[in-house]
Amino acid sequence: MSILDSKIPEGPLADKWTKHKNDINLVNPANKRLIDVIIVGTGLAGGSAAATLAELGYNVKAFCFQDSPRRAHSIAAQGGINAAKNYQGDGDSTYRLFYDTVKGGDYRSREANVYRLAEVSTNIIDQCVAQGVPFAREYGGLLDNRSFGGVLVSRTFYAKGQTGQQLLLGAYAAMNRQIGRGKIKMYTRHEMLDVVVVDGKARGIIARNLVTGEIERHSAHAVVLGTGGYGNAFYLSTYAMGSNVTAAWKAHKRGAFFSNPCYTQIHPTCIPVSGDHQSKLTLMSESLRNDGRIWVPKHKKDVEAIRNGSLKPTDLAEEDRDYYLERRYPAFGNLVPRDVASRAAKERCDAGYGVNQTGEAVYLDFAAAIERYGKEQAYVKGLNVDDKALVTKLGKEVVENKYGNLFQMYEKIVDQNPYETPMMIYPAVHYTMGGLWVDYNLMTTVPGLYAIGEANFSDHGANRLGASALMQGLADGYFVLPYTIGDYLAHDIRTGPIPTDTKEFDEAEQKVRGDIDKLVNNKGTKSVDHFHKRLGKIMWNKCGMARNEKDLKDAISEIAALREEFYKDVFVPGTDNEYNEELAKAGRVADFLELGELFAKDALEREESAGGHFRDEYQTETGEAMRRKEFQYVSAWEYKGQPSEAVHHKESLEYKNIEVKERSYK
Amino acid sequence: MMNLTLKIWRQKDANDKGQIVDYPVSDISPDMSFLEMLDVLNQELIEKGESPVAFDHDCREGICGTCSLYINGRAHGPSTKITACQLHMRSFNDGDTIYIEPWRAKAFPVVKDLIVDRSSFDRIQQAGGFISVNTSGNTQDANAIPIEKHNADMAFDAATCIGCGACVASCKNSSAMLFVSAKVSQFALLPQGQVEATDRVLNMVKQMDDEGFGNCTNTGACEVECPKGISLENIARMNREYLAASFKG
Amino acid sequence: MSGILNSSIGRKFAMALSALFLMVFLLQHFAINILSVFSPDTFNEVSHFMGTFWVIQYVLQPVLIFGVVFHFVMGFVLEYKNWNARQVGYAKTSRSANSTWMSRNMLLTGAVVLAFMILHFIDFWIPEINTKYIVGDTSGLIDPANTESGFRYYEELVHKFHHPLRVGAYVLSFVLLSLHLLHGFNSAFQSVGANNKYTKGLKGFSKVYAIGVPLGFVVIALFHHFTH
Repeated sequence: MSILDSKIPEGPLADKWTKHKNDINLVNPANKRLIDVIIVGTGLAGGSAAATLAELGYNVKAFCFQDSPRRAHSIAAQGGINAAKNYQGDGDSTYRLFYDTVKGGDYRSREANVYRLAEVSTNIIDQCVAQGVPFAREYGGLLDNRSFGGVLVSRTFYAKGQTGQQLLLGAYAAMNRQIGRGKIKMYTRHEMLDVVVVDGKARGIIARNLVTGEIERHSAHAVVLGTGGYGNAFYLSTYAMGSNVTAAWKAHKRGAFFSNPCYTQIHPTCIPVSGDHQSKLTLMSESLRNDGRIWVPKHKKDVEAIRNGSLKPTDLAEEDRDYYLERRYPAFGNLVPRDVASRAAKERCDAGYGVNQTGEAVYLDFAAAIERYGKEQAYVKGLNVDDKALVTKLGKEVVENKYGNLFQMYEKIVDQNPYETPMMIYPAVHYTMGGLWVDYNLMTTVPGLYAIGEANFSDHGANRLGASALMQGLADGYFVLPYTIGDYLAHDIRTGPIPTDTKEFDEAEQKVRGDIDKLVNNKGTKSVDHFHKRLGKIMWNKCGMARNEKDLKDAISEIAALREEFYKDVFVPGTDNEYNEELAKAGRVADFLELGELFAKDALEREESAGGHFRDEYQTETGEAMRRKEFQYVSAWEYKGQPSEAVHHKESLEYKNIEVKERSYK
Repeated sequence: MMNLTLKIWRQKDANDKGQIVDYPVSDISPDMSFLEMLDVLNQELIEKGESPVAFDHDCREGICGTCSLYINGRAHGPSTKITACQLHMRSFNDGDTIYIEPWRAKAFPVVKDLIVDRSSFDRIQQAGGFISVNTSGNTQDANAIPIEKHNADMAFDAATCIGCGACVASCKNSSAMLFVSAKVSQFALLPQGQVEATDRVLNMVKQMDDEGFGNCTNTGACEVECPKGISLENIARMNREYLAASFKG
Repeated sequence: MSGILNSSIGRKFAMALSALFLMVFLLQHFAINILSVFSPDTFNEVSHFMGTFWVIQYVLQPVLIFGVVFHFVMGFVLEYKNWNARQVGYAKTSRSANSTWMSRNMLLTGAVVLAFMILHFIDFWIPEINTKYIVGDTSGLIDPANTESGFRYYEELVHKFHHPLRVGAYVLSFVLLSLHLLHGFNSAFQSVGANNKYTKGLKGFSKVYAIGVPLGFVVIALFHHFTH
């Protein structure tokens, strides 16, 4: 048996969570006052967990590196949140949401966790509405739903294109209530730099005050990480500039296994890179693929003409365009899942059909939708459907109503009017399915150390469906962790406050100070960004949308070499006792430089293609992902001093309630 | 490609007096965002061994509300309905001089250079910007109370506030009324918010006053500069709510 | 309720209420003054009534005085607090990009109107109070000994608009009052919480009022200046 015990309760799938809740230990309300919990990260997962634990009576200390908990990057999620409410009466159910999520994850997620996620999804919507989250409504006053990629029902709740923002502000409000009551002590502009493990249990953290540079010790009976994903290892991504892996990585170094780092979601509809100065990529909502048709020119000569400006894309004849998604996947067309759409775009661009200067962009064209809607409107209004100008005008109005804010955003960034000329899009790193390994209770391999939300690995397998990230973050924070953590803390009611003047805290603080001193006093010649950009290039070119053995091996050695160079030659201006963003960045990039290597190592080990992980060697004759039965397991890496020495553990995945099938979108 | 002169507020820490310092930058692409232009400057400063300009930023897609630059006399620069991170250099011309200053308000003390402390906003929210409902999994069904679409939409529009502080920065009085009224309005427009309406508005306004923000003189600058276009109607709604609450309480 | 004037919104509410009251007063004042252009006799009779009717003299006049004083004092209090809310200013501002000159300069326009009010008090109100309550002459006649001499109000009015400098100051004050009202009228409604489709309909009226009423006063002044 593996050393990984997932602690999945016995019994039928549908009863596991209820049974588990009935079986686990509880902490009585009077004793909760004696227990401290540290929560790092205040996004959907961390924020909702902090609020709920404080409501229950625990003393919570919450940490975020931003200047306010409201700014965590959950705020940028656009599309929506799934819940098996079946308000539309279209046959949705807990089982269907479970099924779609497991299938969407390419059968690489844990059945019991996903089922629980689907089960509590409905509570999330109830809770959020009670908190005053202004979801979109129909004229009858009831909640509206929209549909998202990869599923056959309409179960996505949304608040225009700002669902993440509204949900996060809901959790933030719940936190504020507890901060006002003194049950949460909030530490903003603080970055966690180590976990303190005492007698094998997580008992505190070392944090740096980003304003003053002070190193602080904070103790608690349990530590929860809701610190998000590590997509910024790619430098360019849709993540916030500050998103980082540091908290998770420090936990990893203290004994928490890191799972499936190679599972990364590359979102197909992002605004392409415009030049070397680019710091960040912007996502255009997946909903655009409902009406936009994706294409590149059929002939290289037209590609050349478009690139040098002598041909406008709108002037290219229909028969000279290659609507490659519609060609390759007639059944799903432009609405294939994210991983499939992204790879197809890469395939065309690699073949030389990219339509911008960098050769890394495809068109997302709304002309057909404008014409279709325009004709519809003209017909409804009894106007001339053959009047081209009128039809275009009416069609643009419909498109503006649906996607106006996205079109405006595009125009602001690219300076082209997407109503007149097709949008240019290209895939970008967007989400990481991998993360710290957790059991059914969301506890890592370090007792008392929990990981929730994107920071853990558990629910999305190898690919996440749209509108499921928000669901998972809130499910973990509001409805799962508050129960499961009690089971652990029930043993700590007589422990009393954890002292911070112990040798374990001394050692951890010394280590943090040592790392910082090394960076500040390095006095090299190159900036932190210099190394981060180079790491990003390696990651994108060799561990990106398609990977192969040679590239991955190269990546491993290149990243190791880059790391060595970083420590030799990085220059961090300023000192450690002031606000010093370069220093904070340096620490984060140092961790990315280690994670990146493990990422490549994991991708190399996984000799199959599944979801966001595509290996050139493992594809079908038609270029589709080839999953392999012998890789039906979770990889969990144990830290042993160097990424190259990480020890591989496996948790095998069993599917008893769902048939493992090929994913086909043809 | 553009060459520009930047006039940037430099202040070592909260106690430093601070001053405007001139920096020339060259070869700026019009496709860069304003913050990417500052990245270029900072890389140059770092290469020269000088201290880079500290400025707040995070999501760089206009939603987190972190960036907070007063550019050429306007919050988030010359365009409207965007944040500084969404401002692109094509809005400027070769040879321009650009002033870059932090938000200015007594309630937003400078932390360093262009970074200010906006925790006063958090404290206002902590005073009442919430609905007191515990997480239980047993709240009533989300569709139990229908809400008129018009009100739901208005509540959403108010709720889109990103808490950046452009309203305070633009207001000649450093008033936070638009920010506070957005949250008060969101809840005032929803049935769930009614229960605590009286205390909420009284407590939030009291906290707002205690933080040292100025009074609203209805100049409307906040509405014009708000990246999310939060309407002045929210301020009127908060005034109503506040007056009703005062006479009641 | 008792502490309402300690809050920013309460102060603005009180400011708006006093403003609305003063705007009603101003309209009333204008209505009477314009009579002087059309009919000196009617003007005299109405003036005499206003100057002697006890409700106006002992109830409304003190309220008015309180309203005026309150509006000015509170205006300065608010401005002081606003000034205090930003202790370090901007090196560069482009305020005209997001707000009107009128809205930003209520203190300036208000201060000029205050200066005018002081002049106005010295010109009319103090002599009036002196005549009526110190000297004890409530007859309103040019010559109290002679009932045939006629009311003095029209004569006094005409006399004051004789000197061009005074007329100039008067005109300037009303231009600034107009600017004050162009912002203040709608602002008062916003401050009491009225911003809806009705107040939006009021915007047109507010312009007519803010320009029309001060312009009317100016016309009256110029009329008397040039016709006498």
